Amino acid sequence: MKIHEYQAKELFKEAGIAVPDGVATSSVEEAVKAAEEMKENGTSLFVVKAQIHAGGRGKGRTKKSNAKGVILCHSIDEVREAAESLLGDTLVTIQTGEEGQEVKTIYVTDGVDIQKEFYLGILLDRAKSQNVIMVSTEGGVEIEKVAEETPDKIVKEWVEPGMDLAPNQARRLAFALGFEGDAFKKAVKFINALYNFYVKQDADMVEINPLVLTPEGDVLALDAKVTFDGNAMYRHKDLQELRDESEENPIELEASKYGLNYIKLDGNVGCMVNGAGLAMATMDIIKLSGGDPANFLDVGGGANVETVKNGFRIILEDQNVKAILINIFGGIVRCDRVANGVIEAVKDPEIAKKVENVPIIVRLQGTNAEEAKEIIDNSDLNVISAVLLKEAAEEVSKVLAA
Amino acid sequence: MSVLVGNETRLIVQGFTGSEGTFHAGQMIEYGTNVVGGVTPGKGGQTHLEKPVFNTVAEAIKQEEANTSVIFVPPPFAGDAIIESALAGIKVIICITEGIPVQDMVKAKQVCKNHGATLVGPNCPGVITPGEAKVGIMPGMIFTPGNVGLISRSGTLTYEAVDQLTKAGLGQSTAIGIGGDPVIGTNHTDAVKLFQDDPDTSAIVLIGEIGGSAEEEAAAYIKDHVDKPVVAFIAGSTAPPGRRMGHAGAIISGGKGTAADKKQALKDAGVTVAESPAEIGVTLKKLLG
Repeated sequence: MKIHEYQAKELFKEAGIAVPDGVATSSVEEAVKAAEEMKENGTSLFVVKAQIHAGGRGKGRTKKSNAKGVILCHSIDEVREAAESLLGDTLVTIQTGEEGQEVKTIYVTDGVDIQKEFYLGILLDRAKSQNVIMVSTEGGVEIEKVAEETPDKIVKEWVEPGMDLAPNQARRLAFALGFEGDAFKKAVKFINALYNFYVKQDADMVEINPLVLTPEGDVLALDAKVTFDGNAMYRHKDLQELRDESEENPIELEASKYGLNYIKLDGNVGCMVNGAGLAMATMDIIKLSGGDPANFLDVGGGANVETVKNGFRIILEDQNVKAILINIFGGIVRCDRVANGVIEAVKDPEIAKKVENVPIIVRLQGTNAEEAKEIIDNSDLNVISAVLLKEAAEEVSKVLAA
Repeated sequence: MSVLVGNETRLIVQGFTGSEGTFHAGQMIEYGTNVVGGVTPGKGGQTHLEKPVFNTVAEAIKQEEANTSVIFVPPPFAGDAIIESALAGIKVIICITEGIPVQDMVKAKQVCKNHGATLVGPNCPGVITPGEAKVGIMPGMIFTPGNVGLISRSGTLTYEAVDQLTKAGLGQSTAIGIGGDPVIGTNHTDAVKLFQDDPDTSAIVLIGEIGGSAEEEAAAYIKDHVDKPVVAFIAGSTAPPGRRMGHAGAIISGGKGTAADKKQALKDAGVTVAESPAEIGVTLKKLLG
């Protein structure tokens, strides 16, 4: 689960992790007011940041006003201008795709002076099944790029499972970044607090890029990217409230409400499959058959009439879909039941209208597969049946060639 | 002999009296698996599916000499269920539960390691040695006894591969569903090792998917240590980067974990890679001649 930068920083503040002052708002007037208050406290430099979930905001541009997603302002007037240009406009970054994401909230922060920039990230190292803390003196640069070009500039500490971060590990990381004196103590405290936050709140990634040292010797998180482990959110009701559904793909969101795992892709052949691995394999076979997968859709273990109906509704919202391949391996679910479910779903008036010109290939394998094929073949519907995966692939090719 | 489960298995079901546990325990008993009882805290002393119910794993070991556990406990309690089994001395723990928090698994996996228990899963279909023991949720009837060891993350894709093998006349020694989560007990490399050392396994089928680097690590191991023929398929060639394909672990991030990289690593290790998921069975058949 993703959250916004300003939400992450508010959580950080509560957890004793140092961040610059800032105010999130969706009104120009409030943005100006926030900047004025900061000015009274001695700030002369402000940063106005668009709050969308996608990264790459600093290099992104808004559609109407052509403004950057992160704007440095030297006066209150510039803050007003920045807020006006961002709010309500659509920001396009390398991560949003062409359609971009509407900016509903901006974050006005204190533009702190920077003496040095660093990278600090915490995540799970899957190969070791351990949490790993990574730091680098190359702050402000994409960590993947650093890993590629100068891997020796990344220092890692793996935390022993079930234990706290050991003091010597936090020290080693702070030394690796070249901290000294008071700033060193602050850096150690920062790293400890951040690791405790990561574990306690079930984050699956925390990334501070850049972490900065100010001329005054403060160590602050200038940016914050935090995602949480969706499986653990049952024990964090407060975090669940931070979810911003307007940032998510509406069709994917609808699918998740039906208990379906759907991801929209750009192809022309829709698919509906039980199981994630088989769903990926089905996408691959669509490609090998000359098509392009229009989606990933895992209907899970059920595959009953309702899930199949909902699956059709979701797939058919995509106008690019020219054919649909249903691939169900019935083990404990019996194929004849799935076949009846598919037929009932296709007869649903709303779905029937939409699938008039969309051929449906149903591949059912497993318990009672032959009976299932018979049910489909005798149904008088525009549904093609297959038993082997290879046969299904051939049917996809035929349909696309027609 | 086969690996992990077989005729020597004395199985207990954790989460025995719940709906999932009840259904699948029934299926396992029907298959012929030696289910010696189950554990549901607070229901000790009862009888369920004609088997004894225990409050704790330790009691089940004491009374029934259980040596293997399969877990159907709901996600908030499943990490603890794994830890309970490992502490009690169970040596093979197979966790079916999907949706366990990652941090719970980091701890549970370490406890298994500390106590010498082999953990399979979580979020997996289980382990089956055809004709001997089915410990999990897979449909038993598609499996046939034989000499092919099969390793896969997912459920239905495993069934697909097994079905193709069976139809090609190739039976299976053991099929291990290792699970699709970021933290799993037994990974591809561990499973390959088990099969390399198993005298009853003469060929290995490895099914991987995008994300992480487990397949690359297995490839490196195969290159140096495995002399049995290996066929592999990697799912997700068409998956876009940055999106999770169902399994929490199946994500291409920072340009790493692509199907192309994994296939190349496996080919470099001398593994025969099936390009199509429809050709896993025939590819192995051809390789074995």
